[in-house]
Amino acid sequence: MSNNGINFTPLWNNGPVPGNFYNFPQNQVKSNSIDDFGVQRNSGPITTGTSIVAVRYDKGVIIAGDKLVSYGNLARYHNVDRVFKINEYITLGMSGDYADFQFIKQYIDENILADFSMDDKITLKPKDLFTWLTRILYNRRSRFNPLWLDMVVGGMQTESEPFLGHINVRGRAYTNDVISTGYGTHLALPLLREYSEKGPLDEAKALELVKTCMEVLYYRDCRGYPKYSQANINDKGCTVTDQLVKENWDLALSIKGY
Amino acid sequence: MSSIGTGYDLSASQFSPDGRVFQCEYAMKAAEMSGTAIGLRGKDGCVLAVEKVITSKLHEPDSGRRIYTIENSIGMVVCGLITDGRAVVNYALKEAQSYRRQYGQTIPLKILNERLSSLFHAYTLYSAVRPYGVCIILTTWTEENGSEIYSIEPSGVSFGYYGCAAGKTKQGARTEIEKLKLSSLSARELLNEGAKIIYRVNEDSSDSDTKFKLELSWVGKDTNGIHQMCPVNLYEEAKAAASAAMEQGDSDIE
Repeated sequence: MSNNGINFTPLWNNGPVPGNFYNFPQNQVKSNSIDDFGVQRNSGPITTGTSIVAVRYDKGVIIAGDKLVSYGNLARYHNVDRVFKINEYITLGMSGDYADFQFIKQYIDENILADFSMDDKITLKPKDLFTWLTRILYNRRSRFNPLWLDMVVGGMQTESEPFLGHINVRGRAYTNDVISTGYGTHLALPLLREYSEKGPLDEAKALELVKTCMEVLYYRDCRGYPKYSQANINDKGCTVTDQLVKENWDLALSIKGY
Repeated sequence: MSSIGTGYDLSASQFSPDGRVFQCEYAMKAAEMSGTAIGLRGKDGCVLAVEKVITSKLHEPDSGRRIYTIENSIGMVVCGLITDGRAVVNYALKEAQSYRRQYGQTIPLKILNERLSSLFHAYTLYSAVRPYGVCIILTTWTEENGSEIYSIEPSGVSFGYYGCAAGKTKQGARTEIEKLKLSSLSARELLNEGAKIIYRVNEDSSDSDTKFKLELSWVGKDTNGIHQMCPVNLYEEAKAAASAAMEQGDSDIE
């Protein structure tokens, strides 16, 4: 016998077990419903824009992003702007959930209008918008209901001082000379850094660099698109233009074995 | 007013036996105490001009503005109690914002005028409130509807105008405006005309020696439908034109 011949019989049956929680027989609650574990908030983006590429050069900022909004892997909406002129001093590029962006863009535009109505010669500057967006995104993530956005704010803080900053879905924010979001973090950022680390870029070099990045992104990113909009902002003003990646698929003929 | 002291003027919610609401009339008086403001509706834009009286040498000339921008394309000028005016401006801004939120476009001036008129009127209905002591002039220019001007009185009455005036010397200003061929004048030309009228009515009024600053704003084709204070060079030009016209007038009298 395992108990050295002594027979332990339980003192009682069908009752509380020592060392365990006890539920009174009439009071048993089944706790398996999803409702018992709080609320499930949105857990991901639906319609999305892919990468943004942005460079701060010595006298200004360039932000570029393609014109595609995808529904998962489906190229759902073509010809949609993801790079915007906010006012004479600010441009904004977005990737992430496009509906969330439309929501926040309305607030930005309202603010710009209220700012205009003040008619006091004081205008919103990129750093102001950057900080404001930071607060909004951080606030939303703190409520466990984030706006699924990766945004790039660029512009002229003063006449001679370009500004470039990035805010992510959780409100984490930083400024840098080169910024990219989405797949661009993997594909474009190494390229951008290779040049920016050598010292400040000039406008021509920055334009060329952005062009290369958009090309690489188009070839490599499944959610890429050859049409892209490009904002260029400097002391001369802010312009947003449509660009096109020059496609060359000659290489495809030599790829074999798939 | 012969009926003063009859007790019918104590509340905005009570008629007098002959069918008047005295509080409204007093509000109108309050609105008429401030410097003259005019709105002119030209063929390709509108102009607002204000005689902003500077009551103390110690005031900054730019402070105490009377012309406001509601939305990109809508201008508004306030005559009367400046603080009441600011309350109205805030309300107008809120209305414009809410319209844009709902419909995604600028509030049509006709609608804004209706909503502000309702606000003014609501403040003539209750004994617990007093009417706004302001007259306002609203203006805009759009590609679709061209120039528009509306004016609202403290009673809530509003009309659309080709040219209108409010404030101290509104009668004189109206006479001057009637002399203009508004439908054939451009906004650019109306800047000068507006300045002339303000200078003239100021001189004709009893307190022509009080200091005032001319405020000029415009909205029209030239400004791409944006309401803005008149640029410095045009402002100076308008002022010069006004001074020249004044001297011309003086020599005519001699």
